[in-house]
Amino acid sequence: MVEVAPAADLPGDPWASLRDATRARIGLRRTGDAQVLDDVLAFQHAHARARDAVHAALDGAALARAVAPHPSLQVRSLALDRPTYLRRPDLGRRPDLASLAALSQLAATTSPPDVAFVAGDGLSAVAVQRHAARLFHACLLRLHGWRVAPLVIATQARVALADEVGAALGASLVVVMIGERPGLSVADSLGVYLTWAPRAGRRDAERNCVSNIHEPDGLGIEAAADRIAWLMNAARRLQLTGVGLKDASPPLSGDGQRVRLSP
Amino acid sequence: MAYSSSLDGTRYRFDDLRTLLAAASPARSGDSLAGLGARSDAERVAARYALADLPLRHILDTAMVPYESDDVTRLIVDSHDTVAFAPIAHLTVGGFRDWLLSHAADEATLAAIAPGVTPEMAAAASKLMRNQDLIRVASKIRVVTRFRNTIGLRGTLASRLQPNHPTDDMRGIAVSTLDGLLYGTGDAVIGVNPATDSVENGIALLDMLDQVRSQYGIPTQTCVLTHVTNTIEIIARGGAVDLVFQSIAGTEDANRSFGVSLAVLREAQDAALSLRRGTLGDNVMYFETGQGAALSAGAHHGIDQQTVEARAYAVARAFRPLLVNTVVGFIGPEYLYDGKQIIRAGLEDHFCAKLLGVPMGCDVCYTNHAEADQDDMDGLMTLLTVAGVNFLIVVPGADDVMLSYQSLSFHDMLTLRGLFGVGPAPEFADWLDRMDMRDTDGRMRLLDPQHGRLARLASPHG
Repeated sequence: MVEVAPAADLPGDPWASLRDATRARIGLRRTGDAQVLDDVLAFQHAHARARDAVHAALDGAALARAVAPHPSLQVRSLALDRPTYLRRPDLGRRPDLASLAALSQLAATTSPPDVAFVAGDGLSAVAVQRHAARLFHACLLRLHGWRVAPLVIATQARVALADEVGAALGASLVVVMIGERPGLSVADSLGVYLTWAPRAGRRDAERNCVSNIHEPDGLGIEAAADRIAWLMNAARRLQLTGVGLKDASPPLSGDGQRVRLSP
Repeated sequence: MAYSSSLDGTRYRFDDLRTLLAAASPARSGDSLAGLGARSDAERVAARYALADLPLRHILDTAMVPYESDDVTRLIVDSHDTVAFAPIAHLTVGGFRDWLLSHAADEATLAAIAPGVTPEMAAAASKLMRNQDLIRVASKIRVVTRFRNTIGLRGTLASRLQPNHPTDDMRGIAVSTLDGLLYGTGDAVIGVNPATDSVENGIALLDMLDQVRSQYGIPTQTCVLTHVTNTIEIIARGGAVDLVFQSIAGTEDANRSFGVSLAVLREAQDAALSLRRGTLGDNVMYFETGQGAALSAGAHHGIDQQTVEARAYAVARAFRPLLVNTVVGFIGPEYLYDGKQIIRAGLEDHFCAKLLGVPMGCDVCYTNHAEADQDDMDGLMTLLTVAGVNFLIVVPGADDVMLSYQSLSFHDMLTLRGLFGVGPAPEFADWLDRMDMRDTDGRMRLLDPQHGRLARLASPHG
């Protein structure tokens, strides 16, 4: 892994004792008014990693193998490619016709599940590839007595795509694991959104979120699974998700004061 | 009413003013997402011909959102100053663009007409302007505000020091603040976006920032960018509130989606004014805006994103803010796709705000899913400085580790000062000299964190 604080551990670094306080790029060096080349290249490296995470394709077959023997199903959104996906979030929220047909076929042959899990690439396929299978297994271990649908693996997917997936399968609850927008220091962060009684048109206020799932610096897989299972049981008890579960959910992110959208 | 024009034998029709303004806009992803905007480049130019011929008075008389159902429209209409409008009342939109660029439209003249300009007039004119026009006209305008220092004077460029931390760690925020102060930034505000948006957390952060400011006698203001209703509560509980922050947008519905109303903003302004913490002036409000905010809330009412953004400046103007900034590249590529769109939008937002008399700054920034990088930011920061922007946001190494996006670095502020000979707010510049932080050429010394009296900031108990 690459250092986040580029000037760390240099001999004689006057900021050495302060770098443990923040992973911000503090105490960078100067040449004239500019940053020194080492720091410029370290920044470009981090940006490249974040961009590559945004544009990486999800290997659905590998993810299916990783969750086996639990069955899975591949679906895709109406966004045909990455540039379309980035420009048209509305298309990323809708499964395409072939996917809806496959979901209907599955629903016709099985009884309605209590919960459907969806693994969607979102804005970081890297996050999903790296963490989704382990998180899914960790959740299954905590879900005795739940009828769990086959894992739905979705590409060019936004959070709300899971609403139609859950509705098509007749699931009481849908849990989507999705790649969060990469930052310079973390490009593989996974977010999880829970929606009770999923159907097209659900609003973000009707969901609960567990975010910042990545290791080692973020929320760990086991801790995230505890949180998700707790929310799932609470959702089933209350027959809802969203603001009604607010008191028990993690603290709201303060950047609500800026318009930042879910993946 | 419908509008039309003909180009090369093709007749183009625009059903209403919203459609015409959208079609005349430079292309951007957010308008496409909303199903707005020209369907061809020729239609875009046809719309500009049609728009150029419209009288300003027609724009004034045509409500984009009905007066009865939208308090932003009511604010725009009810506060319109007909005396200030009189000198430009005879102009078409195209004539207005030409007049704005004329030498007759000097600083004093533009200040005099500002209360007669509506957001829709400013937006309409901007659609007929190239980037250099947006820069040239804005550069003639100065909007000066005061709290503990003076922001917006010609020859100055202020900065917001943004020392965010992913978990609001006090020492982490203090260390980033120290880093920024050693670069002479933070004269617009030292402003933290909290990771946890609660009253208790806000009070704790404000207390820490206020101690830093008062301990070192820094002539600036501090702010925790929490929701306005939290700030009202913090004031009631005796918290150290200099500025009231809030994100705002250009329609009543969009503001409701932010959980705010004009009445709540007024209540917060009154509460902050009652504290009398400003030593030089009583501009106590700080607003953020950004193209795409209204559409993302489903509250754009069929208006193109640049015009509805300009309407947010009418809201800002009503509260005499110290600071306003567009978060131009933050909202995402579904609204502004790439560096070209971000740069254009930054210049539009700055121009429209200044023409309306709003003290505009900018968060020159982008997210990692936009087609943009630091080269684009170098361009926009340079263009905005030439245009006379009031302040820019800076974070350590241009990397905001809490909001996960890229803005400008402390180094960028030094570069702009060196390139254009602009300095910080005069009171802040004097403080830097009293602290012996600048050399005889006025450049920031290369200081380590143990420098003089600032060192205590970085101590574990500082």
